[in-house]
Amino acid sequence: MTKDKKKTERREFLCATGKALAGLGVAATGGTLLAREDDAALAAKAASFPTKDYDWTKHRWAYGIDATKCIGCLRCVEACKVENDVVGDANHFRTWVERYVYLEGEDHALVDSHADPQNIAASGSESEYRFDNRYKDKKVSKAFFIPKLCNHCAHPACVQVCPVGATFRTEDGVVLIDHDYCIGCRYCVQACPYGARLFIEEEGVSDKCTWCYHRITKGLMPACVEVCPTGTRVFGDLNDASSPVSEFIKNNQVQVLKPESGNAPMCFYVGLDKDVS
Amino acid sequence: MTEVASFTGYVYPNETIIPWGVLIVIYPYLTGLVAGAFTVSSFYHVFGMQQFKPVARLALLTSLSVMLFVPAPLLLHLGHPERSYLSMVTPHLTSAFAMFGFFAAFYTILLVLEVWFVFRADNVARAQNSTGLARSFYRAVTLWSDDVSPRARVIDAKWLLILAIVGIPSAHGLHGYIGFVYGSLKARQWWESDLMPVIFLFSAIVSGIALLMVLYVVTSKLRRVRIDFACLKGLTLALWGFLMFTVILEGLEFANLVYKGKEGVDIIMEYVQGPLFWRYFVLQFGFGALLPVALMGLMVALGTRGRLFVAGAMTSAFLVLMNVLLMRWNVVIGGQEISKTGKGLLTYPMTLFGHESFVSASILMIAPFLLLWLLVRLFPPWVDRSESA
Repeated sequence: MTKDKKKTERREFLCATGKALAGLGVAATGGTLLAREDDAALAAKAASFPTKDYDWTKHRWAYGIDATKCIGCLRCVEACKVENDVVGDANHFRTWVERYVYLEGEDHALVDSHADPQNIAASGSESEYRFDNRYKDKKVSKAFFIPKLCNHCAHPACVQVCPVGATFRTEDGVVLIDHDYCIGCRYCVQACPYGARLFIEEEGVSDKCTWCYHRITKGLMPACVEVCPTGTRVFGDLNDASSPVSEFIKNNQVQVLKPESGNAPMCFYVGLDKDVS
Repeated sequence: MTEVASFTGYVYPNETIIPWGVLIVIYPYLTGLVAGAFTVSSFYHVFGMQQFKPVARLALLTSLSVMLFVPAPLLLHLGHPERSYLSMVTPHLTSAFAMFGFFAAFYTILLVLEVWFVFRADNVARAQNSTGLARSFYRAVTLWSDDVSPRARVIDAKWLLILAIVGIPSAHGLHGYIGFVYGSLKARQWWESDLMPVIFLFSAIVSGIALLMVLYVVTSKLRRVRIDFACLKGLTLALWGFLMFTVILEGLEFANLVYKGKEGVDIIMEYVQGPLFWRYFVLQFGFGALLPVALMGLMVALGTRGRLFVAGAMTSAFLVLMNVLLMRWNVVIGGQEISKTGKGLLTYPMTLFGHESFVSASILMIAPFLLLWLLVRLFPPWVDRSESA
């Protein structure tokens, strides 16, 4: 048994003992009904999830990105578009990859993504993703890729501003949109500092990455993580100390994008750079 | 289908679809006119400034006409307008937008009530002096109450004062809140400013005063009646005073942004010196604000009177109306043309036709004035200062 597991167990034990004692205390003072309601609320929360064999109160999902491993192959982008049926043009992405290139003697990086017109010209189609070879005759001092997606923030500004509550953060920490409830005001698109939200004109609703909620609630990985050939993208449950993302956070000095926004992102990065925004 | 925005530098891929277009420029412009026109009516109805009596009732009708069209640009903009009622049925209370329906509904009801009380005695008289359909219409408008006894008039006056007093914070609250919608949005540096609600409020007041100046002069010409100089001068002085304040606030806001020089300021500087130079510095600040301030200042200093004063006042009023429209454009569209990456600029592609286009926005700008024309025909607001209102 590892030290961490022991710690967790001890904490759980103490927690449970505390709860039991508190419960006894409440019961002793005639508050049995109150305690029962608390349990009932928790049970209701767990039961409110549509899939019976999934308890969303038992998970805390998070995402890790080791940018030092990304090779810009864009399989993640393709997988996401296919898996989630995202509009197939260059203006709608639930995930995308940015290329940062420092030329020799330059202080700032040149940045582009596969949605850049030059890259689209190189691939020949808006639904085929590729980085062109524009720097082949240049002297490059440093270059790297940064995958981006919704950060599923703990304090999401997008959720704060939704006038009808169509977008919300689930019990297990995923920011979702109810497309049947969204009024299409696009306030959430404005509020996201990461440009992670998109608007589907044909459907009149906002859209975003769901960390493939339909997959993760069945024990699968998000499509982008599944197809990543280099292990750049990792995903898992923070409640499970041995999950890939827990290990990732434990073993690396991780950062988040735009921490000053106060949104508390739940995508953790390794290998960010001063010019990444 | 939304047009895709062209860009320079690096922008997030999803940013090429600009979320808020020209209709969201029109929306705060119309709301501002509502608040501003109400301010003018309050000069007389609450603060008792007699020189504003000739425009007080026209101002009230203007406020109502425009207010009835305020929800239109929002509804047209929504992806699902048929679901808009959800913001009132299940409002998400942390959203600055969620309160719009309540504020707007409350203010519209208040405005209708105030108009009802202000025009009640006139409508009773009209019902008594007309026949047939007109009589039925005016009787229905008075809710079949024809009591204009001195006692009833005292009660009217009391209600009017209460409504006007509640109306001032409501009208300004509605508009200040729109400023908050932008000012509180931390994702955009161009918007995120504590001064934003105040600037929106003051620019609303100046736009309303300027509109009433134009409406007053134009309607006087059409009715071939003499323009009340004291009234027009009063409006001009009010415009001059409030405009100076507004310009200083806007200048301070920009100075703050530049002086703080936070991350992303480089792209903002590139933006204001490039695409924004003409429509921000030259047209909005230069022609729209500094020129009318100077012109009105000159007229006050020289004691200009007569036709020259009317011409100067009209020029200033038109320039201010342009200034505020440009301010709305430069805030709403400007904020979205600066990429959240801090590394690129976009260009908003306004379409000519379509549900969010130049034509739809123009129609929504004109429609309130057609309604105003109708309301003025039905409920003539004209009074001389000598008459009792």
